[in-house]
Amino acid sequence: MESRPVTVKDKAILEDRAKDKAVLRRSLFRSDATQKILAFASLIVMFVVFSLASPNFAKFNNIIGILLATAVNGVLAVGVTFVIITGGIDLSVGTVMTFASVMTGVFITFWKLPIIIGVLGGVAAGALCGFINGSITAKMKIPPFIATLGMMMIAKGLSLVISGTRPIYFIDTPVFSKIAMGSVLGIPNAVLVFFGAAIIASLILTKTVLGRYTFALGSNEEAARLSGINVDAWKIAIYTLGGIFSGLAGVMMASRLNSAQPALGQGYELEAIAAVVIGGTSLSGGEGTILGTVIGAFIMSVLTNGLRILSIPQEWQTVVIGVIVIAAVYADIIRRRGQ
Amino acid sequence: MQGKTGGTMVEMRNIHKWFGRVCALRGVDFRVGYSEVVGLVGDNGAGKSTLIKVLSGVFPPDEGEIVLEGRVVRFSSPRDAMEAGIETIHQETALVDTMDVRRNIFLGRELTYHLGPIELLDLKRMAEESARALREVGLELRSAAASVRELSGGQRQGVAIARAMYFKTRLLILDEPTNNLSVKESNKVLQYIRDLKRQGISSIFITHNLHHVYPAADRLVVLKHGEKIADVDREDTSIEELTHLMIA
Repeated sequence: MESRPVTVKDKAILEDRAKDKAVLRRSLFRSDATQKILAFASLIVMFVVFSLASPNFAKFNNIIGILLATAVNGVLAVGVTFVIITGGIDLSVGTVMTFASVMTGVFITFWKLPIIIGVLGGVAAGALCGFINGSITAKMKIPPFIATLGMMMIAKGLSLVISGTRPIYFIDTPVFSKIAMGSVLGIPNAVLVFFGAAIIASLILTKTVLGRYTFALGSNEEAARLSGINVDAWKIAIYTLGGIFSGLAGVMMASRLNSAQPALGQGYELEAIAAVVIGGTSLSGGEGTILGTVIGAFIMSVLTNGLRILSIPQEWQTVVIGVIVIAAVYADIIRRRGQ
Repeated sequence: MQGKTGGTMVEMRNIHKWFGRVCALRGVDFRVGYSEVVGLVGDNGAGKSTLIKVLSGVFPPDEGEIVLEGRVVRFSSPRDAMEAGIETIHQETALVDTMDVRRNIFLGRELTYHLGPIELLDLKRMAEESARALREVGLELRSAAASVRELSGGQRQGVAIARAMYFKTRLLILDEPTNNLSVKESNKVLQYIRDLKRQGISSIFITHNLHHVYPAADRLVVLKHGEKIADVDREDTSIEELTHLMIA
């Protein structure tokens, strides 16, 4: 800071900044920040409880197992967060993921293309599905629930047709499995890819025009249109971005299993949506964060892992997760009513 | 561009608009001069909003043309109209509630910078510029980081007007800006409109309440059942006469 007389303008700017900070401070204690803190606190509580209940829970290998289990579902959840913030929904992320892994198998195993082409091709397959979802929603005005339900079945069917209903193994390309299962300092690559994807998604959501329009569409689509925003084009872009994340998840899934499993995938979309909702993103659109979704995805997998370690039958794990989803949404409703 | 007071800035000629089999506008002629405040009045359903939606590019007319400074123009989206300097503050849907004031001011026209091939939002500059825009219309807000849903109706209009001013609007269309406002806030909006006029910006003030627009308008246009039934300077008429026209 150079020393010069403080002008009225400087004062005004300083005052603005002080006010901004005050508003920021207040906003930490309400709205989606509360939900995020609540979610994070529950994650910590769960962690402590499971650690006390079983000595095996907090072991390094188990933690890595949890991280690995979160990676694929986490990438899907991050992608669908964008769509949910626009006030839409994407039911196709699970089977689109499968479609992407099957296409990766086709490129690498059937057509003997280089691995990098297979990876990019898988991501592109996901992007294409997202693009179609967005176009159907934006141009044909079909509600996203129906459009993506259709895509869910189309992607599932195509995966089975293309693969001949059999898994495609990556036997000739052992390097392919390193994409997810290789590790840096003991941390599996899949986990690093997940964190990388989450950071990029968070930057897109908060620092780019696309991110800002994602919120604008979810909050007041008509105001966005009247502000001169090409609503249809941006909606297609956002669904395509969601598809890119599904494609990435598909490649990671294929690498982790060292095969493309065409029968897999259905049900993943609901887990992804559950993670988003637990993380405080509103299903009515206009609000949400990537960090919240990441925490939500971890809550899901810590819970599954912890209950398994405590030898609680799998059937009951599903029941517990269902209860948690309802509780998370209810907490969100209570919070809104309080505003 | 300014100083041509009295000359016609924008003219709509013989505008027709149908919605299905309903005719919303039947051959309306409408003009706005430089630095002129036009009050567009009429009962609910008279066609006021339809007329300004045609002018602001929300939908094209089925017949008729728009002439801006002597040239025929075609607006295929709100963006086209905005680029031509015609800004509209729509009823209710003017702002995005869950976003803060700064975001609303730049909604659709975000300032960005390039980091290599990546285009990022210039949050710092947008924060500074919106604070400046708000100061220019003399709007006292607790903070530009406040969410729009925390603002009063008058403050919302202020934000929308600040946004229009910032983007160098030449014609500002206000659709029912005084709806649901207190008397004090309504007067504030009228003050904004007078300030705009002083700066050479024309405005169209749409309302079904004559008392709100009469004090500020230079000229009043009355619509009824999609037709123009009066187009008079304020000096040549009175609230009583116009009211009679509107409801007769």
